[in-house]
Amino acid sequence: MIGGYGNANILNDCTISVDQGEIAVVVGPNGAGKSTAMKAIFGMLNLKQGQIVINNEDVTKLEPQERVLKGMGFVPQSNNVFTTMTVEENLEMGGYIRRDELADTIAQIYDLFPVLKEKYHQEAGELSGGQRQQVAVGRALMTNPQVLLLDEPTAGVSPIVMDELFDKIIEIAETGVAILMVEQNARQALNIADKGFVMVQGENKYIDSGKALLENEEVRKAFLGG
Amino acid sequence: MISTKRKVFLFSFMGLALVCVGLLQSWNVALAIFNMCIISAIMTLGVNIQWGYAGLFNAGIMGFTIIGGLAAVLVSIPPVEATWAVGGTNILLGLIILITTILIAITVWKKTKSLERYRYLPTILIIIIGYALIRITTGPAIEAIENTEAAKTGYLGGLGLPILLSWIVGGVFAAGVAWVIGKITLELRSDYLAIATLGISGIILYIVKNEDWLTRGVKNVNGIPRPVPYEINLQNELWFQNLATFINVPVRDFSTIFVKCCYSALFLTVLFFFVWLSEKALRSPWGRMMRAIRDNEIAARAMGKNVSKRHLQVFVLGSAMIGVAGAMMTTLEGQFTPMSFTPLRYTFVIWVMVIVGGSGNNLGSILGGFLIWFFWVESEPIGIWLISSTTGILADNHPVRVHLIESVAHMRYMTMGIILLLVLRFAPKGLIPEEKL
Amino acid sequence: MVDILNSLTLLTNYIIIPGLTYGSQLALGALGITMVYAVLRFSNFAHGELMSFGAMSTILITWLFQSYGLTFGFLPTALLAIPFAATITILYCLATNSLVYEYYREKKIDPTTYLIISVGVLFFTAGLIRFIIGPDDRKFNDGNRFILKAREFKELTGLNEGLAIKTTQGITIGITICLVILLFWFLNRTRTGKSMRAYSDNEDLALLSGINPKKVVIITWVITGILATVAGALYGLDKSYKPFIYMYLVLPVFASAILGGVGNPIGAIVGGYVIAFSELIFTFAYKKVAGYLLPESLAPTGLIQFLSTDYKIAVSFVILVIVLLVKPTGIFSGKTI
Repeated sequence: MIGGYGNANILNDCTISVDQGEIAVVVGPNGAGKSTAMKAIFGMLNLKQGQIVINNEDVTKLEPQERVLKGMGFVPQSNNVFTTMTVEENLEMGGYIRRDELADTIAQIYDLFPVLKEKYHQEAGELSGGQRQQVAVGRALMTNPQVLLLDEPTAGVSPIVMDELFDKIIEIAETGVAILMVEQNARQALNIADKGFVMVQGENKYIDSGKALLENEEVRKAFLGG
Repeated sequence: MISTKRKVFLFSFMGLALVCVGLLQSWNVALAIFNMCIISAIMTLGVNIQWGYAGLFNAGIMGFTIIGGLAAVLVSIPPVEATWAVGGTNILLGLIILITTILIAITVWKKTKSLERYRYLPTILIIIIGYALIRITTGPAIEAIENTEAAKTGYLGGLGLPILLSWIVGGVFAAGVAWVIGKITLELRSDYLAIATLGISGIILYIVKNEDWLTRGVKNVNGIPRPVPYEINLQNELWFQNLATFINVPVRDFSTIFVKCCYSALFLTVLFFFVWLSEKALRSPWGRMMRAIRDNEIAARAMGKNVSKRHLQVFVLGSAMIGVAGAMMTTLEGQFTPMSFTPLRYTFVIWVMVIVGGSGNNLGSILGGFLIWFFWVESEPIGIWLISSTTGILADNHPVRVHLIESVAHMRYMTMGIILLLVLRFAPKGLIPEEKL
Repeated sequence: MVDILNSLTLLTNYIIIPGLTYGSQLALGALGITMVYAVLRFSNFAHGELMSFGAMSTILITWLFQSYGLTFGFLPTALLAIPFAATITILYCLATNSLVYEYYREKKIDPTTYLIISVGVLFFTAGLIRFIIGPDDRKFNDGNRFILKAREFKELTGLNEGLAIKTTQGITIGITICLVILLFWFLNRTRTGKSMRAYSDNEDLALLSGINPKKVVIITWVITGILATVAGALYGLDKSYKPFIYMYLVLPVFASAILGGVGNPIGAIVGGYVIAFSELIFTFAYKKVAGYLLPESLAPTGLIQFLSTDYKIAVSFVILVIVLLVKPTGIFSGKTI
């Protein structure tokens, strides 16, 4: 992938891939282009070169909404819930693009996030940060995606909540969904990652399994603070 | 940089249009339009300072125009002694109570910070007491004044001073009111500021419509003294008759044209003064700062500029200009007619002028004032001409044709709407856009 | 006891019933402004003219029906005309949307420019209305004038004071209740209504969820057209139709919307009634009420009126300004549709 805003290329020839049931994590210093890569994958940024492929199908030219139909789900970093709508309505809106009955999917998401079931009638804006993230992830899961893109899901939540969220993400991956996430909390994220990408200035500097990267001396020194 | 050619072309076109009216209709009409064009141009200059320089959306133009007009009445009309005798003292007393109440209310408001949530209670109490006292003192007096020869006077009249003085007074009044309005509304978001000022101008309109003791309300004030000679007097002057014969124009026609030209001269003087002032302001450090604030308020605040104070300044200044124009308009008309004020005509048409002419550019505003006023007046005759020529196949008394001719007066609203929408779409910066200085 | 009943009747007759009626009209108008604000994010100055346009269409269709001898029994014929008039108004709204507003929405223009654009639409609509129907007063109310006549009430109860309920008042309140229930049902229970709320809440996320903004905008204008027509027609039915009055009516309507918190439908409704009742309470002469309640020796000589009735609309302007100063976000702040 090569792309960016205007003339400046933020992404320089980087390749990211993830398989079913796998968790892939993109880490890297601030300004490395992690979020940009995420946007490019979801189609909110036009690529100059390269392609986005899902299930052997090229979706590079498609609008974000069309990519949702092809099996992508996206959780933006901020403003990722409808604050004035109830939890249940948020989930319904997540499945807006689907024409069939949503009840089963909603039930599955309630099984995954029991706390949402309790609060189904509360407005999302009234929930705590961690619960809101659950709503956001739930919303994206409503289309039964094959790939779930998470843009810094743990930004601004406490460490305990973060662990809980990661647990949930593992659970989601176990159902066969491919998960690709961008994370600031590199160490914890790599801990659960099957595959890790370390991104520097729009390039993949290191690609390896999460464990291997954590053990890699250079990576630790440069990006994980020793 | 806009080419000088374009400016010259646009203004010559405007001049040509006026000459056409002079030739096709009459010179009297052309001059009447020209005079109102100048007044409109002064109003647009005022609005341009607020919107073009500072980005403040003032939808209360009508209010400041009314205040200027009121100033013309209060300055120039001789005092009505009969009404002063029956109610003057109480009105003055009421005025004193009003001022005292305001002062006390402000002091109490400032001194009661510690009450926090209940802070407004004592202030409101004082305002209510003050209002009751004013009603008690002035109530009977107002009734007495309004019943004194209601058909002829029924109000206090003015001070009997020269009318030209009222132009300055109108500006000062408008500035004062603008200061109060600005002090309380300028912190609002731009669309709320628009709604608030529209509402306040509505309140001002209601006051002049209903406070008959001050303005005669819907009965209008007629016979406001003129700064220029009367036609009838001119016609009796020997030198004037000679002059008319010399240029070979009937004396009566020449007298009306002469009077209008006198007005034009006075108005042009004011216009030139304001243009000079606005241009000077625009090019001064003050003007640069205003634009900087308009373009990036947050950055300007961060650099330590007192944005609120600057906004207040510019709001007062622009409103004062509108006030002067209001006084001039009332002078030109010779009467003060509260019923004739509508937000559509006195606020939004001025806005069309500013947008069409080019906000941020003084020349543009003047052009907008001229052009839009011209179309506002002339869309009716042009419409009649259009309808007559396009419905030529229909009989003169055909209902469609009759209806069209009858409603042609309303074409002007549609014309305004279409002009505004077209300009916003295809030339959003106006005919003469803002220049980079 | 009789005195208390008499004064209560007086208040009901002059404040409560007119207040509910006028409040309903304002509420419907304010709902229109709120819908446009919530979805398109600008203050629509042309909304008053839209109401006028709706009222005008109602009148024209009423006349058409009447010319065919079609009436609605004891109810005004206008009620039959409203659905057709609303359709015309909706078409007009959609036309302005696609010719004017859509271009700017796609350019994501700032709210102030949007507001100036709505002034352009205001001018055009005002001219169009006067061009079609002229600037004069039009009365188009037929059917029975009263549900309850003052005389009947007096005979029924034996009280001094009469209580009259005009048919138009009953209709206004009834229709408003139905329409509001329908609107809330639509917004909270239907997929399309929820997608509108979602779009209003978070545009980007709504787009990600596959909500089509064009469709949302069109539905907003449909709802706005219906609300404006009903509000305008009911106001005209109740007080006779004058095209110029709507330019002034738009301010109390804005006052209602802002008082409740722009973008919030419940706020718009509450705001409408608060404004209507304040206008009446502040300009009602309490002399007669006091005459019933106070002993004769204390009976007042003046009218006991806060403000003369001439200032009725001005009261709403004052409330508008005060709300903007004290709490510009309104009573129900922070929530949109």
